[in-house]
Amino acid sequence: MSLDSTILLIIAIAPLVGAVVAGLFGKQIGRVGAHSVTIAGVALSCALSFYVLYQMLWGGAGTYNQDVYTWLQAGSLQMHVGFLVDRLSAMMMVVVTFVSLMVHVYTIGYMADDDGYQRFFSYIALFTFSMLMLVMSNNFLQLFFGWEAVGLVSYLLIGFWFKKPSAIFANLKAFLVNRVGDFGFLLGIAGVLYFFHTLDYKTVFDHSDALTGKTLELFSGHPWSAATVICLCLFVGAMGKSAQVPLHVWLPDSMEGPTPISALIHAATMVTAGIFMVARMSPLFELSDTALSVVLVIGATTAFFTGLIGIVQNDIKRVVAYSTLSQLGYMTTALGASAYSAAIFHLMTHAFFKALLFLGAGSVIIAMHHEQDMRYMGGLRRYMPITWITAWIGTLALTGAPGFAGFFSKDAIIEAVHESQRWGSGYAYWCVLLGVFVTALYSFRLLYLTFHGRERFVVEHGVQGHHDHHHHEPGHLAHAPHESPLVVTLPLILLAIPSVVIGAIAVGSMLHGDFFGEAIRVAHEGDGRHEFSGWLATMMEGFAGAPFIFAFLGFLVATYVYLINPAISDRIKRALHPVWSLLDHKYWFDEAYQAIFARGSLLLGRGLWKGGDVGVIDNVLIDGSAAVVGRTAAMVRQVQSGYLYTYAFAMILGLVGLLGGLWFVMHQ
Amino acid sequence: MLPWDLIFFYAFATVLVLAALCVISVKNSVHAALFLVLTFFTSAALWLLLQAEFLAIALVLVYVGAVMVLFLFVVMMLDINTESTREGFIRYLPVGLLVAVIMLLEMLALIGMKQMSALAAPADPGGASNTAWLGNALFTNYLLPFEVAAVILTVAIIAAIMLTLRQRINTRKQDPARQVAVKAADRVRIVKMASAAKETPTP
Amino acid sequence: MIDVAHLTLAHYVGLGAILFCISVAGIFINRKNVIVLLMAIELMLLAVNMNFVAFSRFLGDVSGQIFVFFILTVAAAESAIGLAILVVLFRNRATINVGELDSMKG
Repeated sequence: MSLDSTILLIIAIAPLVGAVVAGLFGKQIGRVGAHSVTIAGVALSCALSFYVLYQMLWGGAGTYNQDVYTWLQAGSLQMHVGFLVDRLSAMMMVVVTFVSLMVHVYTIGYMADDDGYQRFFSYIALFTFSMLMLVMSNNFLQLFFGWEAVGLVSYLLIGFWFKKPSAIFANLKAFLVNRVGDFGFLLGIAGVLYFFHTLDYKTVFDHSDALTGKTLELFSGHPWSAATVICLCLFVGAMGKSAQVPLHVWLPDSMEGPTPISALIHAATMVTAGIFMVARMSPLFELSDTALSVVLVIGATTAFFTGLIGIVQNDIKRVVAYSTLSQLGYMTTALGASAYSAAIFHLMTHAFFKALLFLGAGSVIIAMHHEQDMRYMGGLRRYMPITWITAWIGTLALTGAPGFAGFFSKDAIIEAVHESQRWGSGYAYWCVLLGVFVTALYSFRLLYLTFHGRERFVVEHGVQGHHDHHHHEPGHLAHAPHESPLVVTLPLILLAIPSVVIGAIAVGSMLHGDFFGEAIRVAHEGDGRHEFSGWLATMMEGFAGAPFIFAFLGFLVATYVYLINPAISDRIKRALHPVWSLLDHKYWFDEAYQAIFARGSLLLGRGLWKGGDVGVIDNVLIDGSAAVVGRTAAMVRQVQSGYLYTYAFAMILGLVGLLGGLWFVMHQ
Repeated sequence: MLPWDLIFFYAFATVLVLAALCVISVKNSVHAALFLVLTFFTSAALWLLLQAEFLAIALVLVYVGAVMVLFLFVVMMLDINTESTREGFIRYLPVGLLVAVIMLLEMLALIGMKQMSALAAPADPGGASNTAWLGNALFTNYLLPFEVAAVILTVAIIAAIMLTLRQRINTRKQDPARQVAVKAADRVRIVKMASAAKETPTP
Repeated sequence: MIDVAHLTLAHYVGLGAILFCISVAGIFINRKNVIVLLMAIELMLLAVNMNFVAFSRFLGDVSGQIFVFFILTVAAAESAIGLAILVVLFRNRATINVGELDSMKG
């Protein structure tokens, strides 16, 4: 039996309806109305997504691939709106809607005293719609539509507090860097259209062999494999959206937005769109080893080097942001090693525990009256037990403690890279392995600095009111921190559960079974897989594996430096000052981009403005032509002497001339 | 047989050219106007030689009788300083003469004097009466231009009057239109007054 | 009856040309007197009239003389208006010196 198209439409449209109502009629329906209608829409989507997944896994439903609406027909080019729902997209739908629902509920508490309450709900519901369109699409164009739409909503949400200059800077940066990625993406789509003459997934994938042997001559005399070019262009889009080096610079800045969206967009869903896209395009990527090597190397580089930056960050959200960058690198590395299912598996587990960590950080931020600097926290476990415990669960999942969700997915990636023979896999293996150490280091650092140790904040029992928190010095709170309300902690708990168990549940079918079926195609079956003997056995084996050793080392170092002997951290920092400075400045990427691209564009624009527009067009062409006319006229007008006889004489001379000419002509 | 026509022609032509030259070169404007009168008269005579007697007489009547009289009228009305009108005459004479001579040579060359001198005068086409010939054509084929010419003359009159009419501010005039438009209320105003009480004589 | 067989078109047309050039010279030479300027214009018209009458006679077409008729009319109208302008000019400027009328200078 096949899925009902109405259900799929409802899944996609319900959040949109909520978004539109909350957005356009926010004032009329008030705060309660706004969050009710959006949560209703997203909850409906979530429930139906679970139903669809259930149908696909146990109800025997086959892949659904239908065009719902024909948008454009221009000659042979056809553009449709359609849905492709197989297990890959069903899984993504569940993840997206579930995390979105958690974030919606969480927002009720987090944004309780914000003026733009209804606008926020409208935006996150709109985001849910866009992301669903992206993952459910069955053609490149709808994918691109969803791609751009999530980019747009991300822009809107990062700059949600639009009166803050840093927020505006961040959202513009995110949009522009994404644009660079989108440019590559669009080139890739154009390449697909050029070679396949269609944008439909199924047609392209079924005939993907048509690309073998085809070349593109970008520079005359140097033919490049068409598959490589197309896949590289598509990957550029993934680099932008999933924040791979060198297009990663926007993600840390995106922390300017409210924490719920950091959880939803920049951890769980939007940034994974790139990963999803590459996995979806696996039939194409498998045709090009070169492209996959590039993916591998970039992913590994991102995984390791951005993780290093996370160690020196003081803002709690920034640590989690760099952690996200690093984990995205892991997923990309898995893609590069042709372990697509491992990448998607890690995507799913990461969505849960990273969203959990972000929301936990948000809970801490609320309790600390929007103080985000970890240097002013400490010892919060006494005040916020639920947040503390869920943060521990998330951290354990992130660092890959055996048995937790992250363990299965990370281990799978590391093994896949280890066994891959692709060019760059050696380098990648060391990157991901060392990255485990780094991950453990910054994750436990975050935990210890925030929840353990000595309290570094001061509670003022003074005359200043509760809402006056903007005027406090850093670290001074109006009253003691307390656990967040239920609307905040309930999502934490609900996200902690899958962070623990989803790995064990899904590892068998996803990694070693036929979960993804036709959705993912691998050129060489059996790469990076060996005997799977159940999750418990894998967990036990994990304790003996290399990743666990590295993670445990990281745990030990972090515990020593931040829990047992905190003073040593300053000494280390001073001793390794150049290294620390390099990391603190994020490898000077931002400065380089600002100097070269931003300033370069500004200078170019200014040059074109002053030189081109004002100088050439205004001065020379417009004013110049007017001046020429003026000067010529000033010279010519002296012919008008004002005297009658001059005019008459001029006429007579003309007449004489004409007569002479006539005489010549007649006597030729 | 003397070629009387040629003799008369050359005589009148000489007078004509000399008079024209004098028009443009004499100091006194009145003299210039009178020389112009002479040119018109000689022109008329030349046209008589061509048996265009109506036009010859019309030339004398209209041009000499009306236009030149008007010229003389204006010349004598305006108080012109005649000395100052002679300055600079010699300076421009050479250039002007040169240009005029060149133009004359060109025109003569273009006109083709040789061919024209071969053309002999046909018999008088108009018959005995040049006037009748003109009149027949004028009132049949050229009636519309005739009417238009009348309109032109009317326009000229109106234009000339409008240009030069001056309102005299010192003389009193009647404006009949305003006189007729007067109402009783503009002339008479009735004022009610209390009647004066008679003083009783003291006994 | 005088025999007009010796007269040719060339005589009259040449005469007309001479008159025309005299008047042209008159316009140019005369710098000081607007009235003589007007008279030179009359001379020009006279030259044209001469041409028309001669051609009419020698080609046997009456329209030449009809045209002279109208030229006479128009010339009369034009000189009337020209003199009216002159009068008004003299009222305003108290001079008929063409060399002093240059307010249309560019």
